[in-house]
Amino acid sequence: MNLTLKVWRQKNGQSAGHFDTYPARDVIEDMSFLEMLDVVNEDLIAAGKDPIAFDSDCREGICGMCSLVINGVPHGGHRGTATCQLHMRHFKDGETITIEPWRAEAFPIIKDVAVNRAAFDRIMQAGGFISVNTGGTPDGNAIPISKAVADKSMDAAACIGCGACVAACKNASAMLFVAAKVSQLNLLPQGEPEKHRRALAMVTQMDKEGFGSCTVTGSCEAVCPKEISLSFIAKLNRDYGIGALLGK
Amino acid sequence: MALESNIPSGPLAQKWDKHKFDIKLVNPANKRKFDVIVVGSGLAGASAAATLGELGYKVKCFCYQDSPRRAHSIAAQGGINAAKNYQNDGDSVHRLFYDTIKGGDFRAREANVYRLAQVSVNIIDQCVAQGVPFAREYGGLLSNRSFGGAQVSRTFYARGQTGQQLLLGAYSALCRQIGMGTVKMYPRTEMLDVVVIDGHAKGIIVRDLVSGEISSHAADAVVLATGGYGNVFFLSTNAKGCNATAIWRAYKKGAYLANPCYTQIHPTCIPVSGEHQSKLTLMSESLRNDGRVWVPKKKEDCDKAPGSIAEDDRDYYLERKYPSYGNLAPRDISSRAAKEACDQGRGVGPGKLGVYLDFADAIKRLGLNVIRERYGNLFDMYEKITGENAYQVPMRIYPAVHYTMGGTWVDYNLMSTLPGLFVLGEANFSDHGANRLGASALMQGLADGYFVLPYTIGNYFASSKQAKPSSSHAEFKRAEEEVRKFTQRLLSIKGKRTPTSLHRELGKLLWEKCGMGRNAAGLKEALKRIPELREEFWKTVNVTGEAMEFNQALEYAGRVADFMEFGELMCLDALDRNESCGGHFREEFQTPDGEAARNDEKYAYVAAWEFRGQNQAPVMHKETLEYTEVHMSTRSYK
Ligand SMILES: Cc1cc2nc3c(=O)[nH]c(=O)nc-3n(C[C@H](O)[C@H](O)[C@H](O)COP(=O)(O)OP(=O)(O)OC[C@H]3O[C@@H](n4cnc5c(N)ncnc54)[C@H](O)[C@@H]3O)c2cc1C
Repeated sequence: MNLTLKVWRQKNGQSAGHFDTYPARDVIEDMSFLEMLDVVNEDLIAAGKDPIAFDSDCREGICGMCSLVINGVPHGGHRGTATCQLHMRHFKDGETITIEPWRAEAFPIIKDVAVNRAAFDRIMQAGGFISVNTGGTPDGNAIPISKAVADKSMDAAACIGCGACVAACKNASAMLFVAAKVSQLNLLPQGEPEKHRRALAMVTQMDKEGFGSCTVTGSCEAVCPKEISLSFIAKLNRDYGIGALLGK
Repeated sequence: MALESNIPSGPLAQKWDKHKFDIKLVNPANKRKFDVIVVGSGLAGASAAATLGELGYKVKCFCYQDSPRRAHSIAAQGGINAAKNYQNDGDSVHRLFYDTIKGGDFRAREANVYRLAQVSVNIIDQCVAQGVPFAREYGGLLSNRSFGGAQVSRTFYARGQTGQQLLLGAYSALCRQIGMGTVKMYPRTEMLDVVVIDGHAKGIIVRDLVSGEISSHAADAVVLATGGYGNVFFLSTNAKGCNATAIWRAYKKGAYLANPCYTQIHPTCIPVSGEHQSKLTLMSESLRNDGRVWVPKKKEDCDKAPGSIAEDDRDYYLERKYPSYGNLAPRDISSRAAKEACDQGRGVGPGKLGVYLDFADAIKRLGLNVIRERYGNLFDMYEKITGENAYQVPMRIYPAVHYTMGGTWVDYNLMSTLPGLFVLGEANFSDHGANRLGASALMQGLADGYFVLPYTIGNYFASSKQAKPSSSHAEFKRAEEEVRKFTQRLLSIKGKRTPTSLHRELGKLLWEKCGMGRNAAGLKEALKRIPELREEFWKTVNVTGEAMEFNQALEYAGRVADFMEFGELMCLDALDRNESCGGHFREEFQTPDGEAARNDEKYAYVAAWEFRGQNQAPVMHKETLEYTEVHMSTRSYK
């Protein structure tokens, strides 16, 4: 099939961006979206032009590095699918596809459609951990954890930190990301001792980074490639509330 | 230089404890006087950086991704081994040790492997304490599954995302240290050289991938945890950015490379679908717990719908050939068996390069829900890529490059032949011999980072008593200049070929001549062709853009340039080893029934290659492998 791409081009963080239009020829169904872009980039290089800068690494939907807004939807709008796992069989011959970066103040553009998501790391550094050092930990089976709890924790832990939730949110809120991490740890007995402190610290850092506030529209959940549930936000709010009350 | 493995004396089971007692310590107050550079933030790098930070060292950690959480360890699916014997099925440290040595086809260093099996139990405890949500049984205890090459259930897992969860555990520990100021993190920063002063590694040269700035970082020791070199084949299950640059440039500075020809071809990957293919996707080995591998008995049946082929007309070749391990035969053996079936013209799917992995029986026996629970995310991934529903039709799989057992040579302390340069995880050669067993790479990465290096690096500091390095030393300036020149050279060619097309060509050559099967004639051909291709690269590559900007083409071209050299060493190593062992299958050396024929008399050694200068033949040094506790038997899974 032949497609037309409208791609956001921006030289760097300081300059203004614009859309450029490129043809994508002889695209086949089995290509992934990024493989389609690879081919377009090969053509651009051959024509002596600057290839489109976009992030990707594992190309298996797990590293969270890829990040495109495709036709207005982060990751292109296929349930539980990251951009790198989106395949061209979902597009039709002759279609025009718009490709943009994550747009959020807390995610400044580096070049074209690649953005800086270091804000997520800083939120993690504020409290996204259990305070144990290496060594001297009890036997793995010392604390039984019910399967239901372990599974729920795993549901939250599946977050890949891609930032699609932020990109989809009209307020560019990072609540789903923070809720996922807080829930993973706070659901487990190991995470219990620090649970209020953790929620408070991570939310405080999130606010500092310039993410907006959550109005629970659910747009984040809808685009999440790991289908992280909105209900974790409720858990975060509860742990945060008590944390704020206790002041720690 | 003679290779000194520094294996402690004494009985195998006591070596590590004895060594920990014998080695020198750095007292807690002095630790902050030592700067350590850790390159890589995968399981090995993140666990090392976090642990060193906790101990009080001043750590700098580097990775090329935008966040340490994205290192390729994230993609590991199936699980991590540990000799916990929670299943009471006869596992023990000794059995895990033995399975790993045997799995590695008796080409790994005994003392390292024993230590690995010993610390495996601590890893699980550590990860649980960090909040890694491992799978649990209804009673609340940890669950296990089986992996290839083992007859016990010792693999711990977190759905099909074990690597992700272990890495996020290590990353959270790293984040904690970054927050506390003991570790400084440099994401989107690529190491491009090691700096050597007075014979010791004293720092690195890096390029800031966003600004393009090249800078120097000095330290008392440098740790490389930069992962494997599988991408030398272009197509592999590795992430796009995985590379050999760090270990290759360290090699040129004196860190020998060991067994580069030992590469692992994983039997269960999604087959190639076309020329556009940018990478291959693994379907976890854990699927072989319940899936049955087969091809039609008759060539004529290959184009038929699999469901229409009668039971009697199917060849469950792993079960037939290896009845005691069946579908869980080790990777090298399963891969070769798949190739053999396809070479006989009995492959399925486009291009006939595929075999079936069929879940119909398991679904009948256990129900759809159990299978969904165990492997749901893998079935989803399969459907996204192929458009097929594997609950209804069997998966199609084919072997693909997956892991590299070879890597920088290290001694028992994980130090390379370049003093002060330590190498961990997939980047080193140490524990898997000629073939790695499933679920053992995660174990090794975390063992190295959490439980081995933090001890051994202290011994280096306490005993080597080196002068404090400074990044204003002339050596740093010189190395920076070299890196700048290299970058400029890449940018100045502006030829006709893209880095991708050249890389693809190299990869195809290596896959054909130094892949699943190798022979002397093919290797010699490759050794002739690679230098030509390299020359072509340096004449015709077109690297767009500039040095001082975010330039992905430039990053990539630099990695390809190194692969162009690395591939040659791989073939040289493969040609030298006139035997078959593990993942290294030399077609001239096989048993009458087509199994690998090892030659212990001549080749029971580690081949460690020394760089002697650009365009000069490298020199091979041998570390003889001695086994005190195991008998070097013929590896049989029949
Ligand atoms: C698809 C897949 C599935 C797997 N499943 C399993 C499994 O189930 N069980 C198992 O045990 N093993 C598995 N493995 C193998 C295992 O995941 C890897 O061997 C292991 O995770 C490697 O860890 P590492 O820390 O050594 O390297 P990596 O995780 O690859 O990390 C390398 C780090 O080095 C950095 N880096 C590299 N070069 C540079 C440079 N020049 N400058 C700066 N930074 C650099 C990267 O940014 C990254 O942070 C799997 C592998 C793959 C590919």
